[in-house]
Amino acid sequence: MKNNEEKRISFSGYLKGAIFNNKVIILFTVLCIACIMASNTSLNYIASEVFSRFGRNACLVLALIIPCLAGLGMNFGIVVGAIAAQIAIFFVVHWGFTGIGGFLLCTLMSTPMAIFFGWLLGILFNKTKGSEMITGLVLGFFADGLYRLFTLYIIGGLIPYDDPNLLDRGFGLRNAFDLSDSIKYALDDISFVTVFRLLMVFIIVIQLINIAIGSKKAMAVDKKESMLKLVSAAAGLVISFILMAVPGVSGMIGGTRLILSDTLRVAMIVYLLSLVIRKFLLHRDITKDRLIKGAVLTVIVLVLSYIPFIRDILRSVSISACTYGVICLFCFFNNWILDTKLGQDMRTVGQNRIVAGSAGINVDKIRIIATCISTVLAAWGQLIYLQNLGTFNTVQQQSNVGLYAVAALLVGGASVQKANNRQAIIGVVLFHTLFVVAPLAATQIIGDSAISEYIRMFICYGVIAVSLAMHAWKKKDKKVVKKIVGDDENKDVIKTLA
Amino acid sequence: MSSEYVVKMENISKEFSGNRVLKDVSLCVRPGEIHALMGENGAGKSTLMNILFGMPAIWNTGGYEGTIEIDGEPVKIDSPQKAMECGIGMVHQEFMLIPGFTATENIKLGREVTTPTVASAILGKPLEVLDRKTMARDARRAMDTIGLGIDENTMVGGLPVGYMQFIEIAREIDKTGMKLLIFDEPTAVLTESEAERLLRTMKVISEKGIAIIFITHRIDEVIEVSNSVTILRDGTFIDRLETKDTTASKIAEMMIGRKVEKLVDNADGERDLNKDDIILKLRDYHVDMPGETVRGLDLDVIRGEILGIGGLAGQGKIGIPNGIQGLYETSGSIEFDGQKVDPGKLGDALSRHMVFVSEDRKGVGLLLEESIEHNIIFTATQVENKFMKKFGVFTQYDAAAARKHAEDMIKELDIRCVGPEQLVGSLSGGNQQKVCLARALTLEPKLLVVSEPTRGIDIGAKKLVLELLVKLNREKGLTIIVVSSELNELRSLSDRIAIVADGKISAILRPEDSDADFGLAMSGVKVGGADDGEA
Amino acid sequence: MMEKLKSAVKHINLPRLIIILFFLFIVLLAYVNDINVNSYIGSTIKYWGMWGVLVLAMVPSIKCGIGPNFGISLGIVCGLLGSLLAIEFGITDIFNGIVPGLGPWAAIAFAMISSAFFAWFVGVAYGKILNCVKGSEMTVTTYIGYSFIYLMCIVWFRAPFTNSEIKWPIGASGVRNSLSMESSFGSVLNDFLGFELGGEGGIYIPTGLVIFFLLCCLAVFLYFRSKSGLAMTAAGSNPSFARANGIDVDKMRIKGIALSTVLGAIGIVVYTQGFGILQAYTAPLQMGFQCVAAILIGGATTGKAKISHVIIGTFLFQGLLMFTPPVSNKLLAGTDISDTMRQIIQNGVILYALTKAKGGSSNEE
Repeated sequence: MKNNEEKRISFSGYLKGAIFNNKVIILFTVLCIACIMASNTSLNYIASEVFSRFGRNACLVLALIIPCLAGLGMNFGIVVGAIAAQIAIFFVVHWGFTGIGGFLLCTLMSTPMAIFFGWLLGILFNKTKGSEMITGLVLGFFADGLYRLFTLYIIGGLIPYDDPNLLDRGFGLRNAFDLSDSIKYALDDISFVTVFRLLMVFIIVIQLINIAIGSKKAMAVDKKESMLKLVSAAAGLVISFILMAVPGVSGMIGGTRLILSDTLRVAMIVYLLSLVIRKFLLHRDITKDRLIKGAVLTVIVLVLSYIPFIRDILRSVSISACTYGVICLFCFFNNWILDTKLGQDMRTVGQNRIVAGSAGINVDKIRIIATCISTVLAAWGQLIYLQNLGTFNTVQQQSNVGLYAVAALLVGGASVQKANNRQAIIGVVLFHTLFVVAPLAATQIIGDSAISEYIRMFICYGVIAVSLAMHAWKKKDKKVVKKIVGDDENKDVIKTLA
Repeated sequence: MSSEYVVKMENISKEFSGNRVLKDVSLCVRPGEIHALMGENGAGKSTLMNILFGMPAIWNTGGYEGTIEIDGEPVKIDSPQKAMECGIGMVHQEFMLIPGFTATENIKLGREVTTPTVASAILGKPLEVLDRKTMARDARRAMDTIGLGIDENTMVGGLPVGYMQFIEIAREIDKTGMKLLIFDEPTAVLTESEAERLLRTMKVISEKGIAIIFITHRIDEVIEVSNSVTILRDGTFIDRLETKDTTASKIAEMMIGRKVEKLVDNADGERDLNKDDIILKLRDYHVDMPGETVRGLDLDVIRGEILGIGGLAGQGKIGIPNGIQGLYETSGSIEFDGQKVDPGKLGDALSRHMVFVSEDRKGVGLLLEESIEHNIIFTATQVENKFMKKFGVFTQYDAAAARKHAEDMIKELDIRCVGPEQLVGSLSGGNQQKVCLARALTLEPKLLVVSEPTRGIDIGAKKLVLELLVKLNREKGLTIIVVSSELNELRSLSDRIAIVADGKISAILRPEDSDADFGLAMSGVKVGGADDGEA
Repeated sequence: MMEKLKSAVKHINLPRLIIILFFLFIVLLAYVNDINVNSYIGSTIKYWGMWGVLVLAMVPSIKCGIGPNFGISLGIVCGLLGSLLAIEFGITDIFNGIVPGLGPWAAIAFAMISSAFFAWFVGVAYGKILNCVKGSEMTVTTYIGYSFIYLMCIVWFRAPFTNSEIKWPIGASGVRNSLSMESSFGSVLNDFLGFELGGEGGIYIPTGLVIFFLLCCLAVFLYFRSKSGLAMTAAGSNPSFARANGIDVDKMRIKGIALSTVLGAIGIVVYTQGFGILQAYTAPLQMGFQCVAAILIGGATTGKAKISHVIIGTFLFQGLLMFTPPVSNKLLAGTDISDTMRQIIQNGVILYALTKAKGGSSNEE
């Protein structure tokens, strides 16, 4: 019935709707393309730069989604998560742990810290309901100050830390903190096959427990489905061992970096297959439309990937298997948590605190939990960021984390109240493309690259200012707004372009 | 132990900080019957229902006295959760719905059906995954019960108000073990056809054995659907009747009946008012004030009279003065002293010496953190440039003149305070009201519109304020409009009383008219059987 | 006794009390450690005067109901533009040619008047935007302020100034990162009737600066006793009341924020003359926060402010910032902790005020 209704709407109406709903994305895509054309730089370079930045930044942006849906707006407070990650790194590096072990230890250490910070932040947000964003921002600066006090005066002073390589003048850390001998690329350097096997083992364990719970509690766990998943995961594990024995293939999947073109093709085929399997083998209700859309998308991507011009670009880009895997996990986690009772409570709180309260939901607690989750994800995101970067500015690295992440998410079309994984991913791609090409374009047009930093920052703050203003405006007058908003945004872009 | 009644509340009393709002009230409802709870504003209906529903507002203020029995078992309901466990549900006047959720999600709000997962086995119930299929099935069933035909996956946001109310009802009857459903003025926001449908649905629900308590002002609805009625007045229990044994006018009389203590000695005949000397003329007057909409009324105010405007809350009487003052959008014509007033222009009414004392004393009427003096002279500085010294284009506050005037006013109106510098926020309600009046008088009004002059004021001060109004009228010949929910108050001082129902004047009565006339007029039923017939 | 103490603490408010005690403690430490207290008191007074007008700009914006104006950078940028124009046109030299010694005065007057002129228009536009976003003013002002600064960075970079004092040494146009005010109106207020209290080596009092600051305070004070000022206060403290008394609240808010912007513009001119160096580009980025923190330390809240809060708050905050470096230098072996401390105090104070703001719940939908 719904489908019929949708079809009745004319194509032009549909197109108009699509353009209106995606106006921000379209705007920034145009801006990116214009800059790319102006920058006069090879696409290969831009693509590889964007993909490596994507791997670094995506997780931090994904950390913003949960608090946004819980009604906390854009969580500028993720800075404290980044601080937790950096403090963990100081100690892990000091103790001399390296590689993936060191990285995992960082994760382990930063998590309780992040939960604690997130808890404090959540309490603060509960005291400033309605102005969480400015609170998060000011708190970011405040935490920055405390962190600076910690790194410059307390480490090596009150807390014993005798690492002459890292200390200035007997106490206080060096300005730049080098990770190349410790956890640089710890995560990036895990091979694809390892990631795959870990995933398979993970699925097997989950399904085993699922079956166990199912038989104990007599709940409606679909045993057949669990068994099917179990068997296919085990089969995958076996296949991975067999494939590793094949000389040509082992090089491809045993490496730590994957060529984008291959990955993309395989991913699209796997995606289509999973749709088919879920529809016909597991009898999930996947609409025909979705199936057709998926098939068309796959075909388009595959065809595109063989066009020489695009193929060259895709081939020149290699991505880290494990980091991208973690990004997928973050996405999966966000979706999963929103499908739980907790997630439903968060969405309820985000939509209307009064109704949520009257439905027996502990609003304050849910908000604190959402903040904690966000802070922990941010801490992990910052770890991923730093292990890829390899070196960081001890005192200032975290300062702009919140700013860049928020701006990226907003560029992806999210609003203060609504955000999802798709917007985060698109936002990161667009925002960082702009970040890469804007200076190049500026150099080409004006002949001076110094100005590009200002342009970048203006875009960041401008995007945030406009979308916050739009949000506040919408709240004030829901009817009139729709017309005006479009104009206002155009103005901003014109300003940006000028 | 089974019982004749599903709910039996006996000898319920409740005090709010020394103010007794309920006194020995009883309420009994049989299973499966529709029981109407009636009374004027402030009769104690909502307090009684809040007690039954275990609202925190009751428990934070010291609880209540009396007993509640559910199915014959004495219970102590100390939270809404507890009330729900006892099988009591409430359909709120303001919708507790989330527009961005589907009908299913709203119906199952806070009571989602979940299945355990690995994570929930370790970290607890909140991590169980929603079972959307079962939820949709439950929602469908509940909606079918009340004949709501929309798709359970529809977003609630775009639905008409009537549908939203039905979703609320579906949510309540989806709860297991529902025995009693409270409807708090459910028809107030509905169109006529929606209201009719709701009443039919109520009958359907009650036929399934669920009892209903129906709070309303509309007597005709009560006669139409209810099986029995309880009537409260001033926090006391008046009577419990079977609907079939009574009539609309009898109910109306019971709701109103009270002794009126006249503040005005001289009988009406002695008043020498020229009935043709109209100071304010409203024609086809609409005010778009949320919750107090005025829907096209005509009204004439005679120079020199005290006109009372009465009616139940939400019917639009408060909208009349607020519209004149330009605080809400209006249409129609307002003529003051023969000249058109433009309420779209802020302060137009004020500059014509038509002064309004707001019902929302703390929100609109006063600057609580400023001194008495400042509050008294403020409007005059803005509208009339009084108390301002001029230095070319610059102006300066004339502190000496202002002080003198404030002191005069304090003496004249007998405002009890330390001095003109005391902050208004620290005054008692009665004295605050006097400050409001002092400010109005500073403007030398030709027409004074006082809205709810005695709201939130203790009894002694009430009388003082009312006497002050009469004095102003008699001694200065000031025309006064008094808008009040307390009919008694209006009858004690007014020359005429206009009753507003459904945003229109339903009757203009004299203070001496009978209780039944007032009661029926307030309920919108025109005596003589004519129907007002508009939604 | 306990109750009395509690109410007294509540009256002064906790962070203010802590900062007063901390300030006294630092001064005591300085005294004990043989630091030249006089010279630091002198610079406290100097910076008090320099920051004063900027902090004063918070008063109209708080009083008209918008809350602390984090977007004061809009005014600051206008002030910088005015000052740059004064240099560009060589006002100093022109007027020195007419009456020797008049130049700097003419230049600063020109800078103030022209920047106030720009600021009024910017402020009115800004106020119109803020009227659309009632309830989230603080968040929006902050980001509008930030993005405006970067927008102006782009402008400064390409602005067609021709005066060689403004231009980059190489290149055709654009504004230098920092340029000396020596030849235009640097220190003109500071040196006016300046003297050393207590003879040689005493406390230097920049009389002209202090007088100017106090005059500005007086002007604002008098404004709030005029008809329009009274209306603005009412519009801020109770908009419904104001409307019921025939006051156009939106107009009052625009007036208030425009006034705030103008004061911000004049404030930065005063600051620049005292500082001796004009800093364009990103230097004003955090000035808004510093101004907000100063007035909050003085005892203002996000809803109420008085002139006395400006005077006290600026003095305390600047005093603290002046005294910390020498003391920490002595005690912590050559480190300057003051910037870190400024960051903590400044943002801590703002956070505290945010948790106390009543606006929070008004944003409910």
